[in-house]
Amino acid sequence: MRKVYLDHGATTPVDPEVAHVIYRYMVDEFGNPSSVHQFGRAARKAVEKAREQVADLIGAADPSEIVFTSGGTEADNLAIKGVARAYRKKGNHIITSAVEHHAVLHTCEYLEEKEGFKVTYLPVDGSGMVDPEDVAQAITDQTVLVTIMFANNEVGTIQPIAEIARIAKEKGVLVHTDAVQAVGQVPVDVERLGVDLLSLSGHKIYGPKGVGALYVRKGTRLEPTMHGGAHEKHRRAGTEGVPGIVGLGTAAQLRKDHLDEYTEHLIVLRDRLIDGILDGIPDVKLNGHPTKRLPNNVNVSIAYAEGESMLLNMDLEGIAASSGSACTSGSLEPSHVLVAMGLSHELAHGSLRMTLGKDNTEEDIDYVLEVLPRIVERLRKMSPIAPAQREEKVSNV
Amino acid sequence: MKVYLDNSATTRAADEVVEVMADALQYQYGNPSSLHRMGIEAEKIVTRSREAVARVLGVRPECIIFTSGGTESNNLAIKGIARAKKREGKHLITSAVEHPSVLNTFRELEEDSYQVTYLDVDRRGRVNPDDLRRALRDDTIMVSIMHVNNEVGVVEPVAEIGEILRHHRKHYSGRGVVFHVDAVQSFVKIPVQPLKMGIDCLSISAHKIHGPKGIGALYIRKGLRLVPQLAGGGQEKGLRSGTENVPGIAGLGMAAFLGLETMDEAASRMFALKDRLVEPVLSRVPRSRLIGGLGPEDGMAPHIVNLSFPGLKGEVVVHALEEQGVYVSTGSACSSRGHDRSHVLVAMGLEPEVVDGAIRISFSRENTRKEIDYAAGVIVATIEELYSLYRG
Repeated sequence: MRKVYLDHGATTPVDPEVAHVIYRYMVDEFGNPSSVHQFGRAARKAVEKAREQVADLIGAADPSEIVFTSGGTEADNLAIKGVARAYRKKGNHIITSAVEHHAVLHTCEYLEEKEGFKVTYLPVDGSGMVDPEDVAQAITDQTVLVTIMFANNEVGTIQPIAEIARIAKEKGVLVHTDAVQAVGQVPVDVERLGVDLLSLSGHKIYGPKGVGALYVRKGTRLEPTMHGGAHEKHRRAGTEGVPGIVGLGTAAQLRKDHLDEYTEHLIVLRDRLIDGILDGIPDVKLNGHPTKRLPNNVNVSIAYAEGESMLLNMDLEGIAASSGSACTSGSLEPSHVLVAMGLSHELAHGSLRMTLGKDNTEEDIDYVLEVLPRIVERLRKMSPIAPAQREEKVSNV
Repeated sequence: MKVYLDNSATTRAADEVVEVMADALQYQYGNPSSLHRMGIEAEKIVTRSREAVARVLGVRPECIIFTSGGTESNNLAIKGIARAKKREGKHLITSAVEHPSVLNTFRELEEDSYQVTYLDVDRRGRVNPDDLRRALRDDTIMVSIMHVNNEVGVVEPVAEIGEILRHHRKHYSGRGVVFHVDAVQSFVKIPVQPLKMGIDCLSISAHKIHGPKGIGALYIRKGLRLVPQLAGGGQEKGLRSGTENVPGIAGLGMAAFLGLETMDEAASRMFALKDRLVEPVLSRVPRSRLIGGLGPEDGMAPHIVNLSFPGLKGEVVVHALEEQGVYVSTGSACSSRGHDRSHVLVAMGLEPEVVDGAIRISFSRENTRKEIDYAAGVIVATIEELYSLYRG
């Protein structure tokens, strides 16, 4: 059976080159970067090189602006809690959006419940887009941080971060963006964007799990969330996960070197998949923005077919996809992203996310286009709510 | 010859560890939260590792959660428990010789209006259980004591402390004092049994046991409440959000398995190696001093010894030994960049000269007698030379 992995938004395989450096730093250069002897110094050097590679990928002016973390979730937690607590005297208001990843949303909720912060959750339009005008309206003299994701992990919509950052800057408010899904897929340049903090993750860019990074613009104060040794210039305690860090650095380098061809390749496959589904399956809606979307993201709602059943059937045919973000895929709740975009619960439940990767081919796409319509047809036959007459189009979805 | 004797700072990953990680990195790369087969396979890896860690501790697998390492485990345990029990009291007890990830977390809680008692230690580095008994108050909510000290290798009386806390609980019906133990240096080195020792919460790290860096675990007794420190997707039963580091977890599981298999043999082997190294140094370098102790009869762990050469600077000794291919440290790697005097040795009441001249030598089960003989020769010759230089 053909195997087609279309869940790169959940996680990616590591590049062979990345795997190679990871092994090397576990076995040959296994030192603790805080040790003063040569094993330690070699590890330290490798960590600093990785820091430069990550800084280069996102256009950071200085590698010291990169803080390594255990992943995207920790980077988001550190950014939001770190800034909120450090600027507490200035104010207690945070602005975010309704479609953020749970690492952002739940961190904001935590600050609301436990530490007396006030959070504005901005709405999005039908394509999942935040209106920069809403950001401008929401800012008060108490606002310390605006945190809006670069690109949505479920529907792929790319937010107008540069404009949001410009508005926030004018009012002297710091800006964080969760760029976990965007980095390595589209150009992300912290200088051009004008953001103060940016989160990224290793395992979404063909690097290892268990490592991520937070960009912190020079001069931005940050209260650490992890206490211990003086690692990461007192911003994040804990022995550096050297193999993971060099893996992330190598992955960053590879993504930077191959960004254009990668993006192009993905867009071709993505559009082939979207067009094929829209043409081949009736009563389907593309979720997210038609053009301002991640090159690898396909998210469709298929009426009268339940997302989870589609997933299981696809899995049996060798296709790995998801119904939303992997982090919430165990839950029965409809996607908070699709609900915020105004989708009915039924359509939200019938959503399917396919996220492409660099190793996918046109044949993979054609295989999906051959298999998926059959599955949908079969499920619809069993569905009690599907109209018997196929010509009865649901144009109002 | 290169002899790596800094295994308390970090260890080389075992071949079997690298193998299981390679598989998880390149083939079983799914996200455990995904519903498809790739996700399910990844979830299985996580489950197996949880069982392997639980087996070492003699606890149920569902009581183990994975973190990014020892520091995160300590932070989560201490802040998580302190914040969950805030309404019951704000008094915490720890010792003066804990790892920085414990001490600095307590300092952070002090900023947040908690009160912390730092217990003193004796000249061997041990906490006196009677001191703990006296320090307990009505509003004490947590005690955190390390199992094996990372700088001198002394084993703290955690079972006795667990027993005291059990009694204390009886007297203060139900308002239990939670006992956290930083077992980063004792896990698979000496037996650690939370249920028998009265431990509620226990931190471990992979890279100290031939596993990978960037991964650790926390044992949490069933029913113990903790406020999570990372918010997000709700992984690890909501206690620790973030996509599971599957390769790291696989590596930790394998390291725990190998560690348990080899624990007894490795312990007697390392005790023997330690004797073999220390005996010639103490006998041939008259001014050398043994800090803490040496063998199990002194209440010491098998893999760490701390020696001091008063009059010399530990840093100078470390560099001179490195020139000859022998790799040791002055103390904890985590504070080796701080250039402060070791808080552990100072707390033990050692003279400044002794503190400044101290080096830590830490063994692994992979060290050989040949390596140790070489290292002993190098240490004796180097120290004699340094003494003659500094005298002249």
